[in-house]
Amino acid sequence: MEENKIQLREADAINMLHQYNEDTLPKKFGPIGKAWTILLLIVFLTGVFFYTTQLRNGLVITGMRDFVFWGIYISNFVFFVAISLVGSLITAVLYLLKISWRAPLTRIAEIIAVSAIIFAGLIIIVDMGRPDRMLNMVRHGRIQSPIIWDVMVVTTYMTLSILLLYFPLLPSIAFCRDHMKGIPKWQNRMYKLLSLGWRNTSQQYNLVKKAITILSVMIIPVALCIHTVTSWLFASTYRPGWDSTNFGAYFVSGAFLVGSGGVVVGMYLLRRFNAGYDKYLTDGHFDKMGKLLVLLAMIYAYFSINEYLIPAYKMKGEEAHHLNELFTGYYAPMFWSVQFFGMILPIIVLLFKKGRKPGAMFVMAILVIVCAWFKRYLIVIPTMSFLPVQEIPEAWKHYTPTFPEWAITGGSLAGALLIITFFVRYFPIISVWEVAEEKGISHDVIYKHLHEGNEK
Amino acid sequence: MEDNTNKADNKTNRKEFLKKSLLTGSVLAAGAIGLNNLTSCKNKSGKKVQVLTPDGKLAEVDTDDIGKSQSCCAATPDEARTGIPGKKFVMVIDLSRCKHALKCQDACQRYHHLSGMNVWLKVFKMHDAETMAPYWLPKPCLHCDKPPCVKVCPVNATYKRDDGIVLVDNERCIGCRFCMAACPYSTRSFNWEEPEFLHKSKGSTYSPETGFPQKKGTVEKCDFCPDMLRQGKLPHCVTACPNGVFYMGDLNEDSVSNGAETVRFSQLMKDKGGYRLNEILGTEPSVYYLPPVNRLFPFTDPETESGKTEKAE
Repeated sequence: MEENKIQLREADAINMLHQYNEDTLPKKFGPIGKAWTILLLIVFLTGVFFYTTQLRNGLVITGMRDFVFWGIYISNFVFFVAISLVGSLITAVLYLLKISWRAPLTRIAEIIAVSAIIFAGLIIIVDMGRPDRMLNMVRHGRIQSPIIWDVMVVTTYMTLSILLLYFPLLPSIAFCRDHMKGIPKWQNRMYKLLSLGWRNTSQQYNLVKKAITILSVMIIPVALCIHTVTSWLFASTYRPGWDSTNFGAYFVSGAFLVGSGGVVVGMYLLRRFNAGYDKYLTDGHFDKMGKLLVLLAMIYAYFSINEYLIPAYKMKGEEAHHLNELFTGYYAPMFWSVQFFGMILPIIVLLFKKGRKPGAMFVMAILVIVCAWFKRYLIVIPTMSFLPVQEIPEAWKHYTPTFPEWAITGGSLAGALLIITFFVRYFPIISVWEVAEEKGISHDVIYKHLHEGNEK
Repeated sequence: MEDNTNKADNKTNRKEFLKKSLLTGSVLAAGAIGLNNLTSCKNKSGKKVQVLTPDGKLAEVDTDDIGKSQSCCAATPDEARTGIPGKKFVMVIDLSRCKHALKCQDACQRYHHLSGMNVWLKVFKMHDAETMAPYWLPKPCLHCDKPPCVKVCPVNATYKRDDGIVLVDNERCIGCRFCMAACPYSTRSFNWEEPEFLHKSKGSTYSPETGFPQKKGTVEKCDFCPDMLRQGKLPHCVTACPNGVFYMGDLNEDSVSNGAETVRFSQLMKDKGGYRLNEILGTEPSVYYLPPVNRLFPFTDPETESGKTEKAE
């Protein structure tokens, strides 16, 4: 609808496009950007270092033992898979629904998706007792095992997400190739290589758009699959707290919420550290994302009620044991904190127009993300901590992640942020040609303008 | 075809043998010889000899079995996968006899060279409610006929054999621990670090039937001692128990033995009201329990006796 709102004069449009492209060219980091990158590198390398000690000594360096045999590696894996779902929501679902304001957000969502799903794959390898035997999953793979389903859908989703990031990126890379001056030779060569000889022809645009449509249709079921299958890793067991038919929907709804929170944080930081980005990431975008967050949080609340309150009504045997520990026992402070700060408070704040201003949105989004991480901790760990099992050392009954375990987990989070950081440093994070389309600039003008730039 | 007739022959042979020995009142004593008849032997000679068991009883066995129990060899990888032909192993645990002597556990730890905290056979204090009497419950792997652990294994490292035994191949296990999550009885242990052995594992080749040597980053659990069963001997927990709590046997032959006595499995179930753990889960365990009635020993809890506060359950 917005497309036919404005029909710009061609000259204006071309000026506008020039401005857009110049605005969004990747820039060298300032001191804050550099410090941030170095910090991430240090955290990441610390994680790598401790992983080498884990490879040498075994998983004994973690806090996991026979009783609580899955720890923050697994909950962190669930977190990564969850946050990666936003790629499909913003780029695919909103695209197919023809919601045009999503245009400047697509690339933010997609790079979050790609980096998170890459590190989801890596952290699950970190959790393996014998990563050296990974290929056994190909050699001796059993299709009956949910782990094999997970391997299949995660790799499929990774591939689709990378393509969905890459195809719309082609014109932008080509623009960098043609217009960025005074950059190191390798950077220029990288643009040349990655742009795949993009020439801004309308034929190429049509191909890319067709590819995006196809990928968008494909990625939605795969996205639902990755998180549903991840929930099945738990739901296919007999354990109280995991043995739930609600788990798939519960996981997916929570995933969309945390992913959208991730996009809001990305939007805010990009605006904060790049002058001129508020033209593209407007207050209106924050407002709309705020409304989306409310909707997603309400859906999540609905499935949470299903997940906890109906079992709590029955208070069945071991289930009661588990729920009591969450509601009033050992995990109660964490449980109620994540419910309140990660779901209820954002709903309340974001229902008000003032609450959907960028600053407030940023705070709410951070809350949503942090609570989502601990929510996954609460989904994975308490179930194992409170089964009535005897004959194990007292120290094994409660799980406390060790420092190396935190370091490796932190390293994985830093690694995912590093991918995003490097991407922002070297590639335009706003998809100009998609924004231009949103602004109602006709395709011919876009091609003409870009082509013109090409000939310079 | 030939196999089947052999099996049938064996079965009738064994049944007759069992009947005869029961009729004559001669109690089968040595588990070793008793179980020779439980393990399958193709092409039996049919020749019977009388042998003197360690406690001085006469028993009639097939000549082939004697040779076999003396020269045992490790199972080939294929055999370790398929199991001992014609068998369906079951265990019966008589809760009325258990006094928490833990000899079963000691023997299990020793013979499997279990190091560190990995305990395959645990003995739990069961006291579900104040109004109920406490009792001891030894819990090995239940070797379910519908094993949830096998269902979820991504690489077929843990598997169900034709003879009912569930084993772990620690040379294939990738250490994902999904089987530990799936097992509703929490019977599985993980090697969190490089296992240390009392006796160095030099020279011993690995077989899933022995589980030795254990490997870092892999899962392990009670294996019903298939290496012993293959030799016609009883598992270590069965022979180590001073009170005859454990019976091991073959469902196809309908006989189980605790070393001191060999009895009909179906009769035992009927007479003593045998049951299985958590039947509601539908996992169909191969381990049966006899309820703790008419108990041999009064229940004493070493932990409360030594003044420790025990959190029940």
